[in-house]
Amino acid sequence: MNQEFSAEEYISQILERIEKVDDKINAFIIVDSNGALEKARLIDKKVRNGEHAKDVGSLAGVAIGIKDNICTKGLRTTCASKMLQDYVPPYDATVIKKLKDDGAIVVGKLNLDEFAMGSTTEFSMYGSTRNPWNTSYVPGGSSGGSGASVAASECAISLGSDTGGSVRCPASFCSVVGLKPTYGRVSRFGLISYANSLEQIGPIGKTVSDVVMVMNSISGMDNNDQTTVDGETPKYSLQSNGNIRVGLLKEMVEGADPEISKCVYSAMDLFSNLGCRCEETSMKSIEYALASYYTIAMAESSSNLARYDNIRYGFDLSPDNYECNAYFAKVRSNFGQEVKRRIITGSYVLSSGYYGKYYLKAQKVRAILKQEIVSLLKTFDVLIGPTMPVLPFKFGEKIDDPLKMYMIDIDTVVANLTGIPSISIPAGFSKNLPIGLQIMAGEFQEQILFNAALLFESSANVQRSPDL
Amino acid sequence: MLSGIKIGLEIHCQLTYLQTKLFCPCYSDYRFKTPNSNICPICYGHPGTLPLLNKDALEHASLLSNALGCKIPNEIIFYRKNYFYPDLPKNFQLTQYNAYGITSIGVDGKLEYGTDTTKSARIRRIQLEEDPGRLVYEDNSMGSNSFYTLIDYNRAGVSLVEIVTEPDFTTPKDVRIFLNKITSIVEHLRICDTRLEGAVRCDANVSIGEGKKVEIKNIGSFKEVEKALSYEITRQKTMSSREIEIKAETRHWDDARKITKQARVKETEEDYRYFPEPDIPTIVLENSFLLALKRKMPELPDERRRRFITTYELGDHVSQVLLDNKDLADFFESAIAIYPSPKAIANWIVSDLIKFINADDHNRSERNHHRSTSISGLKIEAKHIAELAKLVDQNIISRTTAKGFINQMIKTGEMPSQLLQKTNASKIDDKNIILDAIEIVFRDEKSAVNDARQNSKATNFLLGKIIHLTKGKVDPKIALDLINKKLFESA
Repeated sequence: MNQEFSAEEYISQILERIEKVDDKINAFIIVDSNGALEKARLIDKKVRNGEHAKDVGSLAGVAIGIKDNICTKGLRTTCASKMLQDYVPPYDATVIKKLKDDGAIVVGKLNLDEFAMGSTTEFSMYGSTRNPWNTSYVPGGSSGGSGASVAASECAISLGSDTGGSVRCPASFCSVVGLKPTYGRVSRFGLISYANSLEQIGPIGKTVSDVVMVMNSISGMDNNDQTTVDGETPKYSLQSNGNIRVGLLKEMVEGADPEISKCVYSAMDLFSNLGCRCEETSMKSIEYALASYYTIAMAESSSNLARYDNIRYGFDLSPDNYECNAYFAKVRSNFGQEVKRRIITGSYVLSSGYYGKYYLKAQKVRAILKQEIVSLLKTFDVLIGPTMPVLPFKFGEKIDDPLKMYMIDIDTVVANLTGIPSISIPAGFSKNLPIGLQIMAGEFQEQILFNAALLFESSANVQRSPDL
Repeated sequence: MLSGIKIGLEIHCQLTYLQTKLFCPCYSDYRFKTPNSNICPICYGHPGTLPLLNKDALEHASLLSNALGCKIPNEIIFYRKNYFYPDLPKNFQLTQYNAYGITSIGVDGKLEYGTDTTKSARIRRIQLEEDPGRLVYEDNSMGSNSFYTLIDYNRAGVSLVEIVTEPDFTTPKDVRIFLNKITSIVEHLRICDTRLEGAVRCDANVSIGEGKKVEIKNIGSFKEVEKALSYEITRQKTMSSREIEIKAETRHWDDARKITKQARVKETEEDYRYFPEPDIPTIVLENSFLLALKRKMPELPDERRRRFITTYELGDHVSQVLLDNKDLADFFESAIAIYPSPKAIANWIVSDLIKFINADDHNRSERNHHRSTSISGLKIEAKHIAELAKLVDQNIISRTTAKGFINQMIKTGEMPSQLLQKTNASKIDDKNIILDAIEIVFRDEKSAVNDARQNSKATNFLLGKIIHLTKGKVDPKIALDLINKKLFESA
């Protein structure tokens, strides 16, 4: 930040950009213009008063968009659901507090599939977000707003949440960089739970360095989240070095659209040319990953979403003349179709007599996957594959067939089930539609992940900004 | 004929000595607060909040597990028990569950109870869980049929331990004795102030012979459990004798009418869809924790009772009565520290003071912070009983007077010596005064005096007259000596 170009001017330009393009993209649920401008003026004042850069913050003035399932104090947080359409959180999520402390400016809340359940951002009460590369196509999901807003330059960086690929899928579809950190690396306090044991908040940016910058702000142990991991808060750096052992996951490539497979093989060639030792490898248990993932995610979500009974917070619906169970039923009829489907399926797999058959079995599969990936990551520093097995597709193409929709998460759920970090970076285009490369590393090995991603990014030089 | 009564218990104790709730920083002490003021985003179930386990609760629950002879597993896990009810902020309760592996804070314990023949009950498990909020019905007489119900979440998230026993009891009286012991144990561990309203609750299940098991819920206090069980046993026996089938059901104890009545029948069995809480990582209890726990164990009622018997030479019954109520035992030990006459002081407490304490039982609600030297609601302290025992031992006041003093002291808090001054109740031991009284009686009862010279029983008649004349203040031993002296002197 310098004095020639003030934070206020920058934020004003961002707000103008949103004003200009968001009609086409529909990435934002709420734009907090006044709040953002006020923060910008505060930063400008600090700079004028000669405060040191470190006191102004490492992200001073940076415009950030927040997926609308992350709580922002005093700013409506809806989960794109009728259930929370009037919900104003009384507290900031830990990540929001950290970003604000570092000077980042929240410009607004971003669209998503209702309660983050979906892969296209079509399941939102605020309508679908559209892909900035072609507005007839889905932007991916569930953090569709987070991916599209960054691609459309409506904000510099954004936060999404990734339960089964929800950050990486839109990053891939919108040709931006998206990270799912190691489980326990980033606090989930204030992230409205979909499936607690799988999800992490993750940053989206145009470049690896944007993502690293955000991670340096939001990572670390949090007393408000007992699943965060104790120890020193990491400081990630930007190093690209060629001495990386890269394993290409055969099963992922085989299952993908041939154009995408081709792109992943070229990526491997690029790594080789840059001095990495590359090899094809296999992960047998991958075929059970999707079933395990959906069983666990739906089970947890059925319980997580039980609290929405409209008694303590919610929307306007008078309980007059209802018996309490009838009122509960009436309230809960307001969930969208996909949410209802997951609550019902999740309740079923947890019900007595089925627990062992489904939930417990899914957990056993998860343990096997973890074993296999840990052993693979002894041989390789990183594993690569496609982020998505398909190219972005048109609206409505898969929405009526849940199984078809679930299938596209096949490559991303592995990292959620095993807890390892995974990043999606732009790898190329096919038919003018973006393709993402997925890179995975061992638990808490984000630095290695960033090294590999940076190495690839600096040589691949894939287009990031569509014309709008 | 009918035989084999089996009773099992589910006892809930709030961990009232914890500063904060089980999963958030709100105060544990929710009583007498404005409704919905003792809450935070976590215990109110706001979206995005996560449970933060209170480590002290683990310690308190472990102390109880130890005291009840339970094994403490190395790995402790919390489960979600999913059901919809308006008093549950998250519509699931965080609790513990052993069906998928033993992970509750205690398991497989045993507790002996009773003094004469020693009985015991097996403890199936102890689990740590959160209390729900409180439902306040618009009009209590209408119960759950009232027009609306108010919800107060101040209690939501308070730590509870649930003690589940095997069906090892055969009489309601045994249950009462067992519950007294549990009360005394949690008091000695300083994990639950059982006098607080709602701090201890008990559900029971009863079956007779091959009959089905009936659950009794809504029993408001430990005292009511015995009554509820007696009623339920009589009901089941009557049904059996008329060959009416006893159904497996849940019945509610109606405190006002003193009967159990059928709870609303559910169409389907409740399915709680238990699964491990993902937001609380498995807690590994290291050996060091368990060793430290052993060191932290305070003296328990059984040890203390043995000490009372051997060190203070108290009888079995007296020791048991003192130990059933930790306050009494503490009171006793404070008093003998002031005046070391254990037997006398124990007797004053057990035979005289105790009736006032029991009478006062219903008025207890607020925590008494001076519990070691005084007894809740009464103005009497250890120093009062100590001084009283001393005055009796020194023959300064009679037992009758002492009893009268207790009546006074509990109300006014005056010391026995003050009362003595005020009423001048000092026992008459001045020989001249006694001789004066004897003179009068001998003059009025000439024939009795003659009889007494032949028959010692008549002497008691004379003594009675003298006691009457002195309004009971005369020292009977001195008076009797003087009477005998006078009788045979003049003979």
